[in-house]
Amino acid sequence: MQLAQQVKHLIKKEIILEWRSKYALNGVLLYVVSTVFVCFMSFQVVEKITWNALFWIIMLFASINAIAKSFLQESRGRQLYIYTLVSPAALIIAKTIYNSLLMMLLTVIALAFYSLVFEPSKDIDILMYLLAAVLGSLSFATIFTMVSAIASKTGNGGMLMAILSFPIIIPVLIVLIKFAKNAIDGLDRSVSLDEIGLLAVINVIVMTVALLLFPYLWRD
Amino acid sequence: MQKSWWKILAAVLVVYTAITGLLLEVPRLAILNETIRNLYFHVPMWFAMVVLFTISVWYSVRSLSTQSEADDVRAVESANTGIIFGILGIVTGAVWAKFTWGQFWSFDPKQNFAAISLLLYFAYFVLRNAIDEEQKRSKIAAIYNIFAFPMMIVLLFVLPRLQDSLHPGNGGNPGFNSYDLDSRMRMVFYPACLGWILIGYWVYTLRFRTKTLENKQNTL
Repeated sequence: MQLAQQVKHLIKKEIILEWRSKYALNGVLLYVVSTVFVCFMSFQVVEKITWNALFWIIMLFASINAIAKSFLQESRGRQLYIYTLVSPAALIIAKTIYNSLLMMLLTVIALAFYSLVFEPSKDIDILMYLLAAVLGSLSFATIFTMVSAIASKTGNGGMLMAILSFPIIIPVLIVLIKFAKNAIDGLDRSVSLDEIGLLAVINVIVMTVALLLFPYLWRD
Repeated sequence: MQKSWWKILAAVLVVYTAITGLLLEVPRLAILNETIRNLYFHVPMWFAMVVLFTISVWYSVRSLSTQSEADDVRAVESANTGIIFGILGIVTGAVWAKFTWGQFWSFDPKQNFAAISLLLYFAYFVLRNAIDEEQKRSKIAAIYNIFAFPMMIVLLFVLPRLQDSLHPGNGGNPGFNSYDLDSRMRMVFYPACLGWILIGYWVYTLRFRTKTLENKQNTL
């Protein structure tokens, strides 16, 4: 009960902080919009496969930028303050939930803008592609939150964030791209069940491991 | 002498498999032909690697609770040895692929995933080098090691089953299963696995001991 209360308050704190500065949201939106424009100017027209790959590459870098700051940005003093108030489990759960929400919002906006600039193929299964986007943002959030927590402990976090997270995210990205490609080709929905299941399993594993490990990581 | 029986066993087994693996009769299968003998040398590398990485994770878990330096050194050195076996696995696979698929590296899913799983462990060593403080380094590296291990399992054992690969055992290609592997091959294959796992463990204990001596000398 207490945990739920703490998580609620921490998420509220994150949202208020973000709402005041709108730093992550605006920054990443600007990043997505400008990347899509650059891609538009260099590609003009894209094929189905490129359309999919380009979208996930843009989302990958956008999400690393958005989530890396979740731990890197916190000052030492504030971390110490939070440490005295709440349990570590509450903190990692709150950060992951907040990052998932942020990523879902970003992904939906990015997808809308992306398909405005590059027309998606005609037989795309919109609902399935949205599901892929949502599952993708969820996986990015769970994995990058933990990696960002690890990288923030090392001093030069920004550089390590990429090195540490890419090998972990590649398997997820491969499954995601395959799933999204099924959606673009408008294949029958039952074809993608394997991928959905695997993504769900990976997310559950990552969340459990993160919950178990974070208490050790947190205290210095 | 009594304690080193398993080292003698390891040496005997590996020499036995090297000789019998090259001389004994093997079944004639399409495409594979004589290259099926690579089973005795390529597959045990991966078994040894997985065993060594499992040891590494086990000591990482222990070092989180005991905070002892010895556990940390054990985790690092077994990961180090595991990487050597992983590279050997990739090289033996690539040489085999040259003669059956025509190219050393043809971006087969199995090859790619094996390479990415090694990247995970390279990232582990980059992370270690990025932190100077020893206590902190052992803790954070242990956390990353535990976090990365499930991903390696997914990469090596789950994802290749979802993709079309030319690798024996996938997509109807003859390979490592009950009716292809006749009893003569089992006579060589199982000893080879056991022998190489023992050799890997031996290398790891040697590395651990030299590293401990080095550390002791440095602190004096």
